[in-house]
Amino acid sequence: MKEQLQKDFYNSIKNLSLSQKDIEIKKFCLDNFIDKGFPNRKEEDWKFSDLNQIIKNNIGELSFYNDQTSTNKVDTSVFVDGLEHNKIVFINGRIEKIDFEYEKKDQIEIIDQSETINEFENSNSLSDLNNAFTNKCFKILVKKGYQLAKPLIIYHTTNSKIWSKNINLRLNFELDKDSSLRLIDLFNDASEKNFLNIFYNFELKENAVLKNYKVDKLENKNIKYSFNNIDQDKNSISETFILSSGSNFSKNEINCNLNGIYASAFVNGVFSLNNDKHHEIRSIINHLTENTKSYQLIKSVLDENSKAVYQGKIFVNSDAQKTDGYQLSKAILLNKESEFNAKPELEIYADDVKCSHGSASGSLNEDSIFYLMSRGLSYQQSRELLINGFLLDVVEKITDSEIKNLIKNMIGIKE
Amino acid sequence: MDNRQKEINNLKDYKYGFSTDIENIQAPKGLNEDVIKFISNIKKEPAWMLEFRLKAFERFKALKEPDWQKPKFPKIDYQDLYYYSAPKSMKDKPKSLDELDPKLLETYKKLGIPLQEQARLNGIAVDAVFDSVSVATTFKDELTKQGIIFCPISEAIQNHPELVKKYLGSVIPTSDHFFATLNSAVFTDGSFVYIPEGVRCPMELSTYFRINASNTGQFERTLIIADKGSYVSYLEGCTAPMRDENQLHAANVELIALDDAEIKYSTVQNWYPGDQDGKGGIYNFVTKRGLCKGKNSKISWTQVETGSAITWKYPSCILKGDNSVGEFYSIAITNNYQKADTGTKMIHLGKNTKSKIISKGISAGSSDMTYRGLVDISSKANNSTNYTQCDSLLMGNKCGAHTVPYIKNKNSESNIAHEATTSKISEEQLHYCQQRGLNPEEAVGLIVNGFCKEVLQQLPMEFAVEAQKLVGISLEGSVG
Repeated sequence: MKEQLQKDFYNSIKNLSLSQKDIEIKKFCLDNFIDKGFPNRKEEDWKFSDLNQIIKNNIGELSFYNDQTSTNKVDTSVFVDGLEHNKIVFINGRIEKIDFEYEKKDQIEIIDQSETINEFENSNSLSDLNNAFTNKCFKILVKKGYQLAKPLIIYHTTNSKIWSKNINLRLNFELDKDSSLRLIDLFNDASEKNFLNIFYNFELKENAVLKNYKVDKLENKNIKYSFNNIDQDKNSISETFILSSGSNFSKNEINCNLNGIYASAFVNGVFSLNNDKHHEIRSIINHLTENTKSYQLIKSVLDENSKAVYQGKIFVNSDAQKTDGYQLSKAILLNKESEFNAKPELEIYADDVKCSHGSASGSLNEDSIFYLMSRGLSYQQSRELLINGFLLDVVEKITDSEIKNLIKNMIGIKE
Repeated sequence: MDNRQKEINNLKDYKYGFSTDIENIQAPKGLNEDVIKFISNIKKEPAWMLEFRLKAFERFKALKEPDWQKPKFPKIDYQDLYYYSAPKSMKDKPKSLDELDPKLLETYKKLGIPLQEQARLNGIAVDAVFDSVSVATTFKDELTKQGIIFCPISEAIQNHPELVKKYLGSVIPTSDHFFATLNSAVFTDGSFVYIPEGVRCPMELSTYFRINASNTGQFERTLIIADKGSYVSYLEGCTAPMRDENQLHAANVELIALDDAEIKYSTVQNWYPGDQDGKGGIYNFVTKRGLCKGKNSKISWTQVETGSAITWKYPSCILKGDNSVGEFYSIAITNNYQKADTGTKMIHLGKNTKSKIISKGISAGSSDMTYRGLVDISSKANNSTNYTQCDSLLMGNKCGAHTVPYIKNKNSESNIAHEATTSKISEEQLHYCQQRGLNPEEAVGLIVNGFCKEVLQQLPMEFAVEAQKLVGISLEGSVG
């Protein structure tokens, strides 16, 4: 893999106009990655999902070079109907379109940050890989007091032109004082056996509100890794919703630093898996100052050999008195071969806190099915109704009603 | 009130911090094959036992000290320890209690262990381990009548080799982790219990461990076998004298429950925790594992951990037999600079297996406490359930309380429920108690005892009283 990485690296930077210094930095990241390789089960954070093995078994040899000199045609058929929205379109990892048509132009700034690299706490060798190979990186700055009129949808589209490729994406967001952003990540994958490596960085200033909805619904054979780093100032709110369903393997990581008082973070997730899929959500909420709040709810429905993992950590610094942290994960195992693993973790150094977590997993309640059947529903209908209700609980947590309806339609959950 | 105060003052300083001047026989310092042969030789062990030890040692040489635990400690120099230390007067073993070194008996008296009369009154059979050798086993006759074997493991190796050979290392093999393997190589003594088929052990069996000599590691090995349909309740208590340096305690405890058998294992651990600045104290790195081998068997661990500079142990249950039950009740209290990383593992292999975990952690001062646990329901363990509850109480903002549960469910017919909370004693509760005339310390004692009640209830009567007192004492000076 080492030769391949080096060869692809030089091919990639050849097409970029980088200064010698930038090349050095990228080279440094590459060497770091070569040193560490893909994360494997020996690392505590990857204990339940051995990415190295998963890539080996599902893809085999990866290539890291992406020809980004030519543009791809934007297929408008994937665009969401019935909801006016701003767009960023990625096709095979290349930014094809940034369009804030519904917003005041002077309130949003798009800054090219391709020369910078990202360094995150709690990250791993994949951030080195990402830094080494991303070509373009933009920062989207929402200016003071501006609240976007329409949501922003980021389309992650891949088509059948690529296979066995590693695609690296990177976006930075800064939400200045009193601003707000609604962001939907929509995955449309028509490709097979690629490894997507996505890093987002959010910086939330005082009173800023971020709502991020990640929807991976379409059946595909790709492997996805997504890392969200969120830094939150005083009074800011972040809401993350993850629908984890379509890809063969997917791992969503969220690292949230609550730096300012009264900041709050919400992480809600749904796993709806079948067919040998293996998905994971790992969240780290760092309560770093007093009076901060976090709430997490993760629900899974697992069928046919699928496996879901939830690793959630609440960290409370010794300064973070009056912290309120809550975490709940529930799973229904529908099939004998399905598996649910959880590691809900609390690390607490302050005494005046209220932190709790709960985790439960088991089968569908036969008593409930009996109850519904005795009222005239068929077995299948009862089952569906129960699963529906189970998942609806999480979807109802979405605070934006427009997007809530959109997501309900996408999942096909009925009220 | 006065009485209670007196009692607390009495107990405030580590009461068991005296050491006894008794001449010791020690193995040469260090760890090598010769020392192992020395231990084996002095214990007049058969060849297969020496082989067992050497095999473990061979494997030990290839192992590295683990470093994933939360409490970090300075590197232990395993060559700078004495692996065998025995009171000299033991060389020719006394036949009865009256022949014991009076000084030894004095020590036990200070510890409050009823060796003779009290033993009879309390109906507890005590097997006391002083440093590394079992000193006396009381109540032997009555047990022998029922066919129960309760003796030091070194004796069992001589007298019941077939049982030891069959079960020793069957739950904790010589190829286990670092400290367990070290123990397999150099263990010196410990208790052996065998309850024959259908016998309900008429009394609580009890061992009292005490580390006396300085620079010694204590490596005892306990093996309890409950044959079909039998029942036994076993108590273990620990103390150590005050010393500046840290002492290592790496014991192995193996429990085996056959069909319909039940083992209840209770520990009150009060090793020397180090002084208020965190100097000295015991490293308590113990491997405890129970195997529910037969159908309908049950193993229950209860522990009250108040001592030790570092406690690092996970009493576990392997639920192999169908319908077997595993339970774990724990109170862990850390104060000053104590550290604990403790919890349990429940491994469900058989059908209809059930497990329950209740863990209460209290940390005060500058201490640090971690609950780490594993619940693993394998794909064959149909219709199994687990319930876990771990609560932590924090006192002061210099201490830490952490919860790290690993939950694995591979069976769709099985249910796992896990709950954990972390909080502090609420002002309202304190206010309420103080309003009724309790001083702050008493109020905290009362609330903490209430917090721990679920676990304290599980302890046998004699221990529950001691444990309740210990809980109060351990938290001395942590309020205000």
